[in-house]
Amino acid sequence: MRYSLFLDSRQKPTSPWVEGFWCVLIIGGVSLCCLLVMGGAAGISLGGWDAIWHYRDVFWKGWLLTIFLSLVSLVLSSLIGLGIALGRRSSVIALRSLSLLYVELVRGTPLLVQILFLFYVVANAMGLEDRLIAGVLILSIFSGAYLSEMIRAGIEAIPASQLESARAIGLTTLQIYRFVIVPQALRQILPALTGQFASLIKDSSLLSIIGLGEFTLAAQQVNSATYRTFESYLPLALGYLVLTLPISICSRMLEHRLRYET
Amino acid sequence: MKLEIEKLTKSFGSGDQKQRVLDSLNLKVEFPHVLALLGPSGGGKSTLLRVIAGLEQSDGGEVIVNGESIPHQERNLRNYRRSLGVVFQSFNLFPHMTAMCNVMLPLTAVHGLETTEARRRAVEVLERLGLAEHAEKNPMQLSGGQRQRVAIARALAARPQFLLFDEPTSALDPEMTAEVLQLIAELKEEGTPMLLVTHEMGFARKIADHVAFISAGRVLESGSASEFFKTPQTTQAVRFLEKVLAY
Repeated sequence: MRYSLFLDSRQKPTSPWVEGFWCVLIIGGVSLCCLLVMGGAAGISLGGWDAIWHYRDVFWKGWLLTIFLSLVSLVLSSLIGLGIALGRRSSVIALRSLSLLYVELVRGTPLLVQILFLFYVVANAMGLEDRLIAGVLILSIFSGAYLSEMIRAGIEAIPASQLESARAIGLTTLQIYRFVIVPQALRQILPALTGQFASLIKDSSLLSIIGLGEFTLAAQQVNSATYRTFESYLPLALGYLVLTLPISICSRMLEHRLRYET
Repeated sequence: MKLEIEKLTKSFGSGDQKQRVLDSLNLKVEFPHVLALLGPSGGGKSTLLRVIAGLEQSDGGEVIVNGESIPHQERNLRNYRRSLGVVFQSFNLFPHMTAMCNVMLPLTAVHGLETTEARRRAVEVLERLGLAEHAEKNPMQLSGGQRQRVAIARALAARPQFLLFDEPTSALDPEMTAEVLQLIAELKEEGTPMLLVTHEMGFARKIADHVAFISAGRVLESGSASEFFKTPQTTQAVRFLEKVLAY
């Protein structure tokens, strides 16, 4: 039943496929309008797109680099997140405080500031000049702090009674993690984890500031070479959407499935 | 089954908040089937059960089960726990596993059975408890009574030396309570000794051989069930029975 425009009772949640279809439809419509209105106003001809087509390799390489560095950062930041999450649950107080400090520092500062500081100050002092390695590390450090909070929440969401009954049947600590904690925590955090991957992809665009030749920098370069702003930045936005939309749909589907299973 | 408890002490919290839950508790009983631990809430009966189950370390004192002292080190305590079956108030099944996997996990992970043998034994126990058709369901798809029966199946499958029930029906509605109590009564016939903490006085009276009345961290009365319910000795027990049997 529909109550009103902005308050729906939502007895039956819409399937992610239907929602996705509507999103694509709306995006398509809006893009078309933009193309017509803005294109018309700026007097854009097909010639503009020809110039862009000439630089398709630059886009393509940047796009692939964005995917690559996001994937590597995902793996690295998952490891960092796991380590910090366990650190925050440690019985050693120094380890606990250190992990907390890390999380608060990273979450309390903007990513752009971290990139500038870590690259131009820390990496510079350490003699680390490879922009790709530095960029991946910075992104992992940033994302690891957020992931650690998700992982911690996932572990803490498991009721104490579960651990008690695991102990009662005689499981060892390692077995408790393997059979009881990890499978349940993973279910809990999988949707958030997928969402974090989408965030990683988007956040990686800020790495263009240190001259890392990923997707955003590629588009900027094409723009300065062609002076075609619209044609340079529209593929940029779409290129990110192509990556993040499927992930977002995936995350929603996981949420749906796990909600009804447990 | 023989149970000897000497000067068992257990406190929770520290400083001003420190609460002595078991206060130098002594108990010596020998019973064939069922020992019921009765008494007012907060009196220490659940804590006592948890110490006997090896889930809680006592601060002092000894618990001797069939002539063997419960160990104090975690490693030995774990081996001891493996020889028992514990059934909790809130079932505590693993929600991400089917009923079948819940029953099989201790068999394969703890008792070293092959998967086929573990499955065979799990099927056998689930069938005996009337759960065959629910074997492949997740706990969330089962009613409270069915969940508790699966939990009992999990505890039974490892063929424990005795079973411990911690208020097994307190989270169930009356109909499901009857279903679970019926099952426990049937298990009594099969011979595995049972320790039972319960608020179901009628049931305790019917099923228990022996009753220990526990209040303020001590055993105030220990005797056969029929005597305890007919002629309670202490004023606390008289008052307790008056209260719980009033309705």
